[in-house]
Amino acid sequence: MGISQLQWRIIKDRVFKSLLILVSFVSVIPLGFILYFLILKGAPAINWEFLVAGPKPYGIAGGGVAHAIVGTLILIGLAALFSIPAGISIGLYLSEFRKSKMAYWTRLGVDVLQGVPSIVIGIIAWSWIVRPMRMFSALSGGIALGLMMLPIIARSTEETIRLIPLSIKEASLSLGVPYYRTVLKVILPSGISGIVSGILLSIARIAGETAPLIFTAFGSRFMNLDIFKPVESMPLLIYRYASSPYQDLHTMAWGASFLLVLFVLTLNITAKGVCRKWCIKY
Amino acid sequence: MVHKVLKIVEFSASYGDGLVVKNVNMEIENNKITAVMGPSGCGKSTLLRCVNRLHELNPNTSVAGNILLNDQNIYQMNAIMLRRHIGMVFQRPNPFPTMSIYDNVIAGYKLNGIKVSRTDKDHIVEESLKNAALWDEVKDSLHKKGTFLSGGQQQRLCIARALAMKPEILLLDEPTSALDPKATAFIEELIVKLKKTVTIMLVTHNIAQAARVSDYTAFLFLGELIEFGVTEKVFTVPKDGRTEEYLTGKFG
Repeated sequence: MGISQLQWRIIKDRVFKSLLILVSFVSVIPLGFILYFLILKGAPAINWEFLVAGPKPYGIAGGGVAHAIVGTLILIGLAALFSIPAGISIGLYLSEFRKSKMAYWTRLGVDVLQGVPSIVIGIIAWSWIVRPMRMFSALSGGIALGLMMLPIIARSTEETIRLIPLSIKEASLSLGVPYYRTVLKVILPSGISGIVSGILLSIARIAGETAPLIFTAFGSRFMNLDIFKPVESMPLLIYRYASSPYQDLHTMAWGASFLLVLFVLTLNITAKGVCRKWCIKY
Repeated sequence: MVHKVLKIVEFSASYGDGLVVKNVNMEIENNKITAVMGPSGCGKSTLLRCVNRLHELNPNTSVAGNILLNDQNIYQMNAIMLRRHIGMVFQRPNPFPTMSIYDNVIAGYKLNGIKVSRTDKDHIVEESLKNAALWDEVKDSLHKKGTFLSGGQQQRLCIARALAMKPEILLLDEPTSALDPKATAFIEELIVKLKKTVTIMLVTHNIAQAARVSDYTAFLFLGELIEFGVTEKVFTVPKDGRTEEYLTGKFG
């Protein structure tokens, strides 16, 4: 009886393990399909002209998405400019004064901000910036995207700094190092891997956002470097081209999707690498 | 004349409502090792952390009484300046994980933005590492990360880091409790050598360690200073019954 009971347990163990493997495998299948489809449909659209040229007038074949690539980079740059300093500061505050009442409300605010639908953030950026300035602009799009990056950076910074042992901070203070220098020169550098990977992940998260840009960056058919003018972005372009009636625009939308996913994938993998490579052991 | 660099006068400290250190009077003599021993939770670490005001990191602490460094009240000094005169070594080795061995030793200058010439830096690093008996082991790998060293070496690196600031007093908070016996013996030997240049206050829960290295011993129990005197006397003819019970292992 002992043996059979043991065997029964071993069987249950094996079934459970295979079930886990099966489920995780199944959940990866959609990603596999997405990548397969994108490569199948998008990769053929990509050539040199696609990457470096702007759009041609409707009806004329050829042209590229350079204006959208540049626009997306400008938007990400602006968003990063707003959200990285603010996000890191908030994260530091949350971990350094984690028990204060103010930190509790800040944390709650950050979490709520993370949950605000992106279209709402777009409307807010519209009423803050677009309406007073009477102009769709890259600036307003950057602020909308920055608002989406902010909570991700703040929370990842908080989580990273929280893991740094108190004794490291005490070591610095006991050498007579003032608090602000301790934070800037000991605590932040010790958490750099987590902070950088949080930033990369937040960029990956917003790179494909469309909704907040509809009322802000608006989109444009021209290469534009002026942050006070509307700019094109990859997701806006995909949305517009994919809903147009022209076959060659559909192909370009696939190509642009492929590029965008490639970008996001690269960011994610880099973030993992940063995490591993720069990781600090205490 | 015997100089008392540190005087603790009618000193009490509390966390929130709990009184952790009760009315302690103690005078620490220059270039001697004063051990503070007692069972866990008796307030010995708190007392030590009050000397360089590191207890202020915890917002609920309050203190009463005075601690005088060279007859100057440390609670009227700037905490940052005070800590530059008083070095500290912690329970667990805590070298800065982002820095090389060299940068760890010079960290007190670097982090404070004190300008030191390259040759002076090299000199301070070498001297401090020699004083911490680590130089021979690391002189060829000064630019490797400090965290690659063994536990005992890391702790000596932390001692070197504290010594580099040329402190008057070195506070050691159970410096060997995370180390193996061999590394412990090495550090104890080092501590005894160090008293030539610096006054040492050593907190330990290891009775034998207090007996081995210290000149004076204080016995703290439930926040009260039960006994304080020459180590030999405290260990051979304790005045208080509780000291005797603690030393013979009846509690603690």
